[in-house]
Amino acid sequence: MAKLKSSLRNMFLSLFSICLVAGMILAMVNEYTKGPIETSKKLQLENAIREVTPEFDNSPAEEAYWAKINETDSLKVYPVKKDGKNVGAAIESNSMRGFSGEIRIIVGLDEKCRLLNYVVLQHAETPGLGDKMKFWFKEDKNNRNIIGKELKKGDLKVSKDGGSVDAITAATISSRAFLEAINRAYTAYSGGVSDAGSGATAPNDGTTEATQKK
Amino acid sequence: MNNNLKILTNGIIKENPIFVLLLGMCPTLGTTSSALNGMAMGLATTFVLVCSNMTVSSVKNLIPDQVRIPAYIVLIATFVTVVQLLMEAFIPALYSSLGLFIPLIVVNCIVLGRAEAFAAKNKVFPSMFDGIGIGLGFTFALTLLGTCREFLGTGKMFSQTIYPENFGSLIFVLAPGAFIVLGFLIAIINKIRSYK
Repeated sequence: MAKLKSSLRNMFLSLFSICLVAGMILAMVNEYTKGPIETSKKLQLENAIREVTPEFDNSPAEEAYWAKINETDSLKVYPVKKDGKNVGAAIESNSMRGFSGEIRIIVGLDEKCRLLNYVVLQHAETPGLGDKMKFWFKEDKNNRNIIGKELKKGDLKVSKDGGSVDAITAATISSRAFLEAINRAYTAYSGGVSDAGSGATAPNDGTTEATQKK
Repeated sequence: MNNNLKILTNGIIKENPIFVLLLGMCPTLGTTSSALNGMAMGLATTFVLVCSNMTVSSVKNLIPDQVRIPAYIVLIATFVTVVQLLMEAFIPALYSSLGLFIPLIVVNCIVLGRAEAFAAKNKVFPSMFDGIGIGLGFTFALTLLGTCREFLGTGKMFSQTIYPENFGSLIFVLAPGAFIVLGFLIAIINKIRSYK
């Protein structure tokens, strides 16, 4: 078959039909993958919640609420309950102060605001340095470990800023941002519960201080 | 068949997109901070390259010359989006580490370059082999670059520790290190090629 001439009609028709076919293929693929993508996202969130909280028997994703941490900012809190009793929450928190881009984590706190566990959902920190936060703050070495700490005692800070946590070697900025995200989660949880006015056994001391922060 | 084999090796050695043609530098420098990232990016590009080469060569006569570039870009972007959606749906673990780079394949000049330079002038089968060859060459180069940077920067190879991390030098993981390692690799490859 000979090559089509570059006449206006030919050009118009060929581009039009290519776009039409491409659009149709994309619509089909999108329709086909919509379900699986949603399920996998939901599953990912559920797994993260399960990993950072104690055992629960409610569905945190359905009972989630937005907790304010200041005038303009709020975080999503997933309360977890066992036999109708509040046993803690998973809080989706973030920080924009990382080395590159947003850091999103999910933090598990029990009802006494003790840090149970965390999972890093998304980050763009330097591989080999900042991205070590995935496990660094869980390691039992020097003052790295933050698991089990009671957050109401005050903000977590890296030792360079006069705090008690060892920062990741050569990635102090990432460490700072990470701890900021943890602190924000605490603020949201302790402040958010009283804001929502739910009758749950919520941490009340330190609440006023926390809501005033920032 | 012999001819096809030649096309295949041509992309890997003689016309290696990174070390010889110096094409597609943006994903090369951006994604090779570790060997695994480089390899995954290379393989994703290979898939898109093969698909786009085959499609372009089979519809080349239906596309008038003056609109060929927009037409190719629409075709390539379609394949990239398909790859992205399928990956997000069925391999979420891989998507979470690579998802950011996938849309970059559209603007990767290797893909457009091969469509224009090879697929638009050849039949479907040679185009497929060209896509595989160039794609493997790209993957090889990215993996090599990633391995060197990971090794020099963090003391690891494919996430396996070779020497303690404290002795690694930070610069190789960051962007400047990518330029330095790439420069030395190109110098070495040119030296080897000049002996032939």
